[in-house]
Amino acid sequence: MATTEIVPGRDQPGLLSRLVGWWGPRPFIQLAVFVAVVALFWLLGANVADTMRRIGVTPGFGFLERSANFEIGESVIAFKAGDLYIWAILAGLINTIKVAALGCVLATVLGVALGVAGLSGNLLLATLVRWYVELIRNTPLLLQLFFWIALAKSFPPPRQALSAFDALFLSNRGVFVPGIVVDGFSSRTLLLLVAIVLSYGLYLYTTYRRRRLRFGNGAIASLVLLAAAGAAFPATGATLVLDMPVLGGFNIRGGYSLTPEFAALLAGLTVKFSAAIAEIVRAGIQSVSRGQWEAARALGLHPGQIMRLVVLPQALRVITPLITSSYLDLTKDSSLAVAIGYPDLVSIINTTANTTGQSFEALAILIGIYLALNLSVSALMNVYNRRVALRGDVSR
Amino acid sequence: MSLVDIASLPLMRRSFDWKPLWNGLFGTRLNTALTVLTLAFLVWLMPPLARWLVLDATWTGTAQDCAAASGACWAFVTAKLRFILFAFYPQDLQWRPAAALVLLLGLLVITAQPRFWRRELLIAWLLVVGLCWALLTGTLTGSPVPSNQWGGLPVTLLVWSVCFGLSIPLAVLLALARRSKMGGLRTLAVLFIELMRGTPMVAILYVAMLILPMAIPGGHFVDKTVRAILMITLFWSAYVAEVVRGGLQTIPQGQEEAAKALGLGYWRTMQLIVLPQALRQVIPGMVNLAIGFLLATSLLAVIGIFDLLNAARASTTDPKWLGFYDEAYLVAGVIYFLFCFGGSRYSRWLETRLRAPHH
Repeated sequence: MATTEIVPGRDQPGLLSRLVGWWGPRPFIQLAVFVAVVALFWLLGANVADTMRRIGVTPGFGFLERSANFEIGESVIAFKAGDLYIWAILAGLINTIKVAALGCVLATVLGVALGVAGLSGNLLLATLVRWYVELIRNTPLLLQLFFWIALAKSFPPPRQALSAFDALFLSNRGVFVPGIVVDGFSSRTLLLLVAIVLSYGLYLYTTYRRRRLRFGNGAIASLVLLAAAGAAFPATGATLVLDMPVLGGFNIRGGYSLTPEFAALLAGLTVKFSAAIAEIVRAGIQSVSRGQWEAARALGLHPGQIMRLVVLPQALRVITPLITSSYLDLTKDSSLAVAIGYPDLVSIINTTANTTGQSFEALAILIGIYLALNLSVSALMNVYNRRVALRGDVSR
Repeated sequence: MSLVDIASLPLMRRSFDWKPLWNGLFGTRLNTALTVLTLAFLVWLMPPLARWLVLDATWTGTAQDCAAASGACWAFVTAKLRFILFAFYPQDLQWRPAAALVLLLGLLVITAQPRFWRRELLIAWLLVVGLCWALLTGTLTGSPVPSNQWGGLPVTLLVWSVCFGLSIPLAVLLALARRSKMGGLRTLAVLFIELMRGTPMVAILYVAMLILPMAIPGGHFVDKTVRAILMITLFWSAYVAEVVRGGLQTIPQGQEEAAKALGLGYWRTMQLIVLPQALRQVIPGMVNLAIGFLLATSLLAVIGIFDLLNAARASTTDPKWLGFYDEAYLVAGVIYFLFCFGGSRYSRWLETRLRAPHH
């Protein structure tokens, strides 16, 4: 105990040595492989640039600011022939996001319902769900899309449109569903709505941080949110009108119309991924061992409580990552839109490549967008997984 | 067990046990309600379906006969089945794709049985795939057929088996690189795998169509099917690599250390110790992947290759038989379903068999 020796130098390895450690054994062979890969891509890139110059196309992204001389079948943002390519691509991206987001919601609703139906304990219903899932899973999505588009195009013309409850019309011009129209929407309405949603979010966040968030107060807060949002419209002089589609003359007016292509793509994605999600829900709930159910029952919880407090929190740990990758697959598979004529991102990119000859740049944009989307979602997923893994591990 | 528990007496077990079935259908009030609702749905669904499929269907005749009836047109299927199976391959030479189909299916059935899993099978696959290719092009028999006239089920199966087969060795290398201590190789493998898995297959097929001809000197002369096979192989290898990596992770570190202690080098360790165990682990996963890949080959239709699905679609544009979509897609769907449903059943059987202690 007499002297404490002070060791000079760092107690942590430096940046360089950490880099060398990370690079690992056989540094020069690795470097050679690296150089070879880079050289290969350089060579391929140079060939592409050469070919482009030979056919009279300047490599680069300058074409984005030229005007695109094609129409887009349907678009959320206004687009007409003559607008810039960059707007065309943006319109395609928004179309992709639109169908993918709606598809995720509908597939989840249908898939969870099917998964629960499959676990209901009713033999007939479970068998039916089983066959639905097998049938959908074992045929290609593209085949199902071809079927849906053929079906959507074979509906009668608007005058003889098939209708359900006079609210849903199926015709060869598209599918018409009731919509909600806002009259007299002003910036005050928007501000009030934003304020309501923000305070809802703040309430949820603070109660969650204080660990007071329960199912009950969460549900009440959501109801209050809906009521307040509903009241915000008349309070600021705006009115919400339910806009029903009506058959008039040779067409159907009012409501919200889906083009046959959009309706077919949405139906196809929903049905295909509802089968996948039903399987995920089933596997998730079955991954919670029977002992957990029995123990919860022994504690005197009733079935609803068992599901909410014991089974679902554990099942969600299995379900969430799988369902997220399903959503990613759905978004990627929405690219099959190109085969049935829905103007999604891939279809616009394809048209762009064909009309400008800049196929390399166009595909680079396409792959870049999908990659950014995928990587950001997987990064979020990793964060989530780390959290549930931490909370799940008792020893930590 | 009390004496009154007659249900468990051996004598009573003879007859069929109705109790689980009864409980499953009418056990509780909720169950009864569900059964009634499901039955109502079936009663609503089944009669129109049966009428379309059988009662009102046209079995023989022409398109006019079919148009007169309201049911399915099976006459269309008899007339166009050959087209759906072989597409635009010259009629008088269709024995060649038919032979290729029989060869591939036969080898698939043999491969499915674990007792045939040895080195010779690998050679058989190489030979058969080469032979099928030669049959389709006609190098052995004369009268060559260019690949833009190939089509139907043989093309689907050939592209599927070639791409899946080629992707496996590539995937093993990728998986090993992703788990290696060499940071540079690891980064390359991660980049490649994530790039491929983050991209839709349609985009990969467009790369094969649009970029490859520009990137490879003389690429314009490379056949479209070959370009598609090249890109699909790269694409699938990323997915296979992730499955192989899952298998590699199940092998305890001690195995590798023991091999090193015995003086085996890296490649010998992998070849003799790690990979045989890891690959055995992932066989059911590979079968599932193969099923997904078979479904994914239908995307070839997007770039205008006449695989099974595209052939079915093209069959509906015949002026003599115009617009029988439902029947054409039903036939293609049944073929896909038979392969994939059979495959998933097989995968489940294989899993239990491989988990058995001996073998």
